[in-house]
Amino acid sequence: MPSLRTLDFGTPRRSATQEVALEVDGVAVSVPAGTSVMRACIEAGSKVPKLCATDSLEPFGSCRLCLVEIDGRKGYPASCTTVVEAGMKVRTQSEPLARIRRGVMELYISDHPLDCLTCSANGNCELQDMAGVVGLREVRYGMDGAHHLDAKKDESNPYFTFDPAKCIVCSRCVRACEEVQGTFALTIDSRGFASAVSAGANSPFLDSECVSCGACVQACPTATLIEKSVIEKGQAEHAHITTCAYCGVGCSFRAEMKGTEVVRMVPDENGRANHGHSCVKGRFAWGYATHKDRIRKPMIRQRITDPWQEVSWEQAVAHAAGELRRIQAKYGRDSIGGITSSRCTNEETYLVQKLVRAAFGNNNVDTCARVCHSPTGYGLKATMGESAGTQDFDSIRATDVILLIGANPTDGHPVFASAMKRRMREGARLIIVDPRAIDLVDGPHVQADFHLQLRPGTNVAVINALAHVIAAEGMLDERFVAARCEPEAYANWKRFVLEPRNSPEALEPLTGVPAALVRGAARLFATGGNAAIYYGLGVTEHSQGSTMVMGIANLAMATGNIGREGVGVNPLRGQNNVQGSCDMGSFPHEFPGYRHVSHLPTRRQFEGAWGVELAAEPGLRIPNMFDAALDGSFKALYVQGEDIAQSDPGTQHVTAALGALECLIVQDLFLNETAKFAHVFFPGASFLEKDGTFTNAERRISRVRKVMPPLAGLADWEATVALSNALGYPMHYEHAGQILDEIARLTPTFTGVSFESIDRLGSIQWPCNEQAPEGTPVMHIDEFVRGKGHFVVTEFVPTDERVNARYPLILTTGRILSQYNVGAQTRRTANVAWHAEDRLDIHPHDAEERGIREGDWVGIASRAGETVLRARISERMQPGVVYTTFHFPGSGANVITTENSDWATNCPEYKVTAVQVSLVSHPSEWQERYRRFSEEQLRLVETRKPALT
Amino acid sequence: MPMNVEHLVTMANQIGAFFDSQGTRQEAVAGIADHLKRFWEPRMLRAIEAHVAAGAAGLHDTVADAVRQLQQAAA
Repeated sequence: MPSLRTLDFGTPRRSATQEVALEVDGVAVSVPAGTSVMRACIEAGSKVPKLCATDSLEPFGSCRLCLVEIDGRKGYPASCTTVVEAGMKVRTQSEPLARIRRGVMELYISDHPLDCLTCSANGNCELQDMAGVVGLREVRYGMDGAHHLDAKKDESNPYFTFDPAKCIVCSRCVRACEEVQGTFALTIDSRGFASAVSAGANSPFLDSECVSCGACVQACPTATLIEKSVIEKGQAEHAHITTCAYCGVGCSFRAEMKGTEVVRMVPDENGRANHGHSCVKGRFAWGYATHKDRIRKPMIRQRITDPWQEVSWEQAVAHAAGELRRIQAKYGRDSIGGITSSRCTNEETYLVQKLVRAAFGNNNVDTCARVCHSPTGYGLKATMGESAGTQDFDSIRATDVILLIGANPTDGHPVFASAMKRRMREGARLIIVDPRAIDLVDGPHVQADFHLQLRPGTNVAVINALAHVIAAEGMLDERFVAARCEPEAYANWKRFVLEPRNSPEALEPLTGVPAALVRGAARLFATGGNAAIYYGLGVTEHSQGSTMVMGIANLAMATGNIGREGVGVNPLRGQNNVQGSCDMGSFPHEFPGYRHVSHLPTRRQFEGAWGVELAAEPGLRIPNMFDAALDGSFKALYVQGEDIAQSDPGTQHVTAALGALECLIVQDLFLNETAKFAHVFFPGASFLEKDGTFTNAERRISRVRKVMPPLAGLADWEATVALSNALGYPMHYEHAGQILDEIARLTPTFTGVSFESIDRLGSIQWPCNEQAPEGTPVMHIDEFVRGKGHFVVTEFVPTDERVNARYPLILTTGRILSQYNVGAQTRRTANVAWHAEDRLDIHPHDAEERGIREGDWVGIASRAGETVLRARISERMQPGVVYTTFHFPGSGANVITTENSDWATNCPEYKVTAVQVSLVSHPSEWQERYRRFSEEQLRLVETRKPALT
Repeated sequence: MPMNVEHLVTMANQIGAFFDSQGTRQEAVAGIADHLKRFWEPRMLRAIEAHVAAGAAGLHDTVADAVRQLQQAAA
């Protein structure tokens, strides 16, 4: 079990290859050049007292507690700011040092409340520890002088308090906000004795620019900044290392516990995706796991208008299995299917697809990646041979030029955004391709060099224009291409992009991006050093999503930006296990490891392992399931951990399809929007209640560890096993690790992956096999997975979704920092303090034209439907484009979005919907209907009949 | 009731629009046929095949030819 208190080396590890030998307290030690004396001392086993130093921050040298003696040096240098030199002889203890340190501590304590026994940090306070270490026995100055003990506590932030009375002004919080998070929300106000930490311009924390990442709280050595959960519950008594269940960064966390109760989640400094950093969701928004809305017993009902009946797991599973078999007998083997979840573990996802293929006997399995990153899988497989990003996150440290397309990392992938901003402060350049002016366009201490503010739906035209400039101006890396790529396909592509119609000037009227900006961005990308492409759903969720992914791959290959640190093609995955759910064979045409179901040797392998004949044709994708349900050939669906009624486009189409099913089985933490149409409810288990693994956006497989028993009695994978057994296809697993072992046996890129190997290595990036026993941080180094890189001609095809006089604006949808996906988790936390409703962002020009003011209720009508939101006037938008989020079901954002989708994968075109916006005075008809239906469904669950005991 | 053919026609034409730009007409037809076979569930294929047999209204020529090619290969 990991320790609650990890060893703090005081200053960061240095990466120089040259070693420096010195002596500390008579002990020889060797450290990389550039290391501080403090770190060398601690590595040598000598503890140096410290307060302003911590190993996540650069040395600052303000507390004067870490002074040491060095032979040949005058005085007492601060060990944190003194760099090691060869042959140094350092002493950490002497009578003069002890006297100075006691004096320093005496001054600190003379302006600090003496309430240690009742202080929330008692037992975990560095100030208290240092007082003990230096042997402080008296405060000669008394407590009657000028002090800060009456300073007012700021309790505005929902998750932590700021008590200036306890502050020692060490600046660790300020530096953490700058160096680790990169927000610069905190500062030291005033001078000398009046110095005080201030959020923004002396604002309460909640009103400041603070993004509540928790870096300041983590850095604070006292109780000045401390979690409210610690104030409430006291210090934790044990900890487990686990993985965050929010975005695709996949941060490693230490779950600090009291018994089976979480006291706080602390980012793990050994986590290789996050290196000890976190965001407001992972750090603080975990309270949903024990929220009162959790449903803890299985339920069944005949019709969705019936009240729910609580039943035992055995009854629920038997009922579900009976219904599935009844429906197959009546409508055929292919009339049922399942949906796996990117919020569930690899093991659970694997089991659901196995259940569908082996027990249902068809390939009607899909996953929510269908509606986000399915074009990534298609596009990267076609061009480079593997359906995954090419780099690890740390690769950004060697990047010189970042091309960020259709992604908003400060909101969607905040911890990676911090790494990106850090690299930009070191000098990396940034090109942004986005219809909106996201934070990174012009933020504190980071500005984009180019913002190509394109019209939604013109991504492919822009990528072609960038390629045109690079090809026309002789900036192609012909040597890389000749060595690594298929020559004929490259020649075709080059001929295509060089056509005059693909020049920035020719495409400017279409894209809205000035040609000069495109030319400048292309030159920077091609000649600025290591260039890396990062992209998000602004690339994939278009009718040409897959084409754009291939266009991105083309650009990276054409400029030789593949196969080493600092470059690559990097999809930023939305949910925690999008990569994993795709890897595990969740798509209807692929077995685990992205192998097509028609491939006979692969199918024979799975048939041999699973002991059953498997279907050779692809199954239905999620949108196809809806169409088939409405056409009467698809009658039952098992949905694990997804809320398709809220997240999928064309809400009225989706809910009509769900309403047409004879049996809908939903497994979730809450009665989500989909469950309101369900006939069977399996209560789900949160990430805290089960063992397994998640795979993040960099292909990193990390452990999820059970820190408390499942509130409903079963982990999700156990419920799937029970359902399979009841269907007559027995599954035999006693532990989630056995499922991973089976995955490893059947998946060539996972052969070296097991709970044991992950525990040993910390985490593993696949491929992990005989060729790469410790995993693969960077892919395609010597050759592409498919052999030669394949260029694809990316003809721009305009979307069918066009603006006209009736629908003159384009709606695009997205996410916000404090909320996550459909909001089922974050809406049940204090994160609503930042975002309590979805709003429609509209440019001042468009608003004025319609007489719309800030906060007005506006109707948004598209060809698919209409909803009503309050308006927010925002210059982030370009005229003609409006934006909203979809975190609240009543907002009906997906009532407006259409069934248009990516040509290759059916990934919905969430990013382009033609709409009209107008002032209204009451909710839309759909919203009224939704409110009545939802209230009735909540009543039916509140009045559920208890299980007979 | 068959799958929503109008929607299938739209989807198939989108696939056609991509492969039309990938080479000769023959290559486009082969590419479309391969894509449909690899990614479309059998009832969707049956529905589009029936639509082609009924005159292929609204379907681009290359797509209709690809569907016919699939049918011939299966026969």
